[in-house]
Amino acid sequence: MEQKDPKNTRVVVGMSGGVDSSVAALLLKQQGYDVIGIFMKNWDDTDDNGVCTATEDYNDVIRVCNQIGIPYYAVNFEKQYWDKVFTYFLEEYKAGRTPNPDVMCNKEIKFKAFLEHAMSLGADYLATGHYARVVYRDGEYKMLRGIDENKDQTYFLNQLTQEQLSKVMFPIGHLEKAKVREIAKQANLATAGKKDSTGICFIGERNFKEFLSQYLPAQPGNMETFEGEIKGRHEGLMYHTIGQRHGLGIGGAGEPWFAIGKDLKRNVLYVGQGFHNEKLYSDAIIATNVSWVSNRPKPTEFDCTAKFRYRQEDHKVTVRLLEGERCQVFFHEPIRAVTPGQSAVFYNGEECLGGGTIDEVYKNGERLTYVG
Amino acid sequence: MERIYLDHAATSPMHPKVIERMLEVMRSVPGNPSSIHSFGREARRELDLAREVMAKSIGAKVNEIIFTSGGTEADNMALFGVAENYQQFGKHVITTAVEHHAVLHACQKLEQLGFEVTYLPVDETGRISVSDLEAALRDDTILVSVMYGNNEVGTLQPIKEIGELLKNHQAKFHTDAVQAYGIENMDVDECFIDLLSVSAHKINGPKGTGFLYVRSDVKLAPRLFGGEQERKRRAGTENVASIAGFHEAVVIANKERDEKREKFINFKKMMVQRLQELSVEFAINGSLENSLPHILNLSFPGTNVEAMLVNLDLGGIAVSSGSACTAGSIEPSHVLVAMFGKESERLTNSIRLSFGFSTTAEEIIKTAEETAKVVSRLKK
Repeated sequence: MEQKDPKNTRVVVGMSGGVDSSVAALLLKQQGYDVIGIFMKNWDDTDDNGVCTATEDYNDVIRVCNQIGIPYYAVNFEKQYWDKVFTYFLEEYKAGRTPNPDVMCNKEIKFKAFLEHAMSLGADYLATGHYARVVYRDGEYKMLRGIDENKDQTYFLNQLTQEQLSKVMFPIGHLEKAKVREIAKQANLATAGKKDSTGICFIGERNFKEFLSQYLPAQPGNMETFEGEIKGRHEGLMYHTIGQRHGLGIGGAGEPWFAIGKDLKRNVLYVGQGFHNEKLYSDAIIATNVSWVSNRPKPTEFDCTAKFRYRQEDHKVTVRLLEGERCQVFFHEPIRAVTPGQSAVFYNGEECLGGGTIDEVYKNGERLTYVG
Repeated sequence: MERIYLDHAATSPMHPKVIERMLEVMRSVPGNPSSIHSFGREARRELDLAREVMAKSIGAKVNEIIFTSGGTEADNMALFGVAENYQQFGKHVITTAVEHHAVLHACQKLEQLGFEVTYLPVDETGRISVSDLEAALRDDTILVSVMYGNNEVGTLQPIKEIGELLKNHQAKFHTDAVQAYGIENMDVDECFIDLLSVSAHKINGPKGTGFLYVRSDVKLAPRLFGGEQERKRRAGTENVASIAGFHEAVVIANKERDEKREKFINFKKMMVQRLQELSVEFAINGSLENSLPHILNLSFPGTNVEAMLVNLDLGGIAVSSGSACTAGSIEPSHVLVAMFGKESERLTNSIRLSFGFSTTAEEIIKTAEETAKVVSRLKK
């Protein structure tokens, strides 16, 4: 891998108006790169007063870029985002699953459409403010977890390939979040004190239920135990995800109640008592759309660790590769609330190996159809 | 890096003589034009001299010029001022689909206020047809607003024919001449224009200044209340230095009009010819004939406007998409939509070049060559 002189290396930084990408741009500029800041507009949420989150965020990008002294532009991917990410997001909810739009956004928009845009501007690299690291080791690119364990975002980046990683920089992946904030503060960046964005980007701070109901008709139905006892009503299956306690509103004696499964045909939400309700536990899955960071051939069966949700601790698993970008994953211990639609992401120590979408969930060799 | 500025339609650099004149007025004319003392009289004199030159430049009388903060205010003042005072004669307004947003968004507001607005379509060159206008005219039409020349593609509208059609109709005729003033010869009597909007910064004057011509028999409702300025139609102490600079800009524009027209028409030909020589695939949005000399809008199949603009900017060449931006990203131009339909590829692959007093032939050739490079890179 040849290294060009930074001053002859053009880096496009995807800037969101947040502190992480602001610091990413600042660090690259300090290292002497030819840095360009670009804001992606993927969603329009202009309200009745003409206020749009994207406009506010772009104003922050402008302030930061002027402070750093780099040119800034914006690019519109609303149509691609709608077609590739939002449509998928709605389809998954319709199918009773819990989609992960951030994984899809990284795969289809940030590291595809946006990467292509950056390359069309003569960029050598695309940089983002993700907490992850790329290294070139033993003749290939490897994606490593961010140093800040609490912030590591490789879970969302699991679909990235060699081709993409060869053009990607994560300038803050080797930093703790607190350090990133400190750097922003020291440089007096306009975004230094800005709150971290939470939740799904296009929903932002808004009420999730309200948002989803604008696009999918909510169909209220019964909440039942597996024994068939009706425990109340739900407002729509899509508002619930497996393992959640929140929002059921079932009182009474004994342990708290949790969402355990869904029957789409009958529009029933299965509920059960206890955080450790045995129905919430599974021991294997089949994942689809499996993508590996390395192009090198793999043994058909190997041990590694895996995460089935963002910020979950690692679990020991055995992976068995199947035809058609699928694999089976056997858990060494049963795992709680593994949910179809979310990602299964594989690790070897600090290295992210790749990942796929949780498609089918099993226990004792039997498919748990009630989880979706 | 030597930079090339080809975005004079967005705003134009101030002419050195304008800057000089403004500095002089800022230094030596401190008074308020409404004051009765000698300081006031000196300031008032600046306004009167400017008003005279501006009135004369469009064949109007001095008491028909209202100074404003620019083109947007002039457009808004015209539309809302006429609508409010003439609504007892009808609540129908006619405009075109290709107006500047200062007119279009004002029309949308009028619709919210209970007025009915007809938006005339345009042909592929961006021109309305006078017969469409005739068909849209009704007994209750009180206002027709059609721009003089389009800011994105340069297309000139049949202003004189429209004026003649309207001269025996109650509807007042407003034209947004912000992009055409200075480069086109215009006469409000010859074209039967009742209201006409102008901005200073498009003709090498200062930003934040403009005027609205209002024919003396038009009763215009004011939008700003306060002092007695502008015969009570636009309260607020006048921006004396800017108006003096505007005055200077108008004098220069009048003097250099013919020379500039010839030069800019030639630039268009050079640009087109050089692109052809370089075998670049492109199309002209609008027409070379019926067009403002300083605006050239080009479509480059197989490219996209966002990448084009950024690439050219990184190469030191400033052009634009000609349309509005939201959160910095480019929305499809309503002008190109009106000309070519919502599905046309031209919406996403067109850029606007606009020339000014500082533009040179070398810059045009260099721009053509850089554009050719960018196009071929983007098409890979």
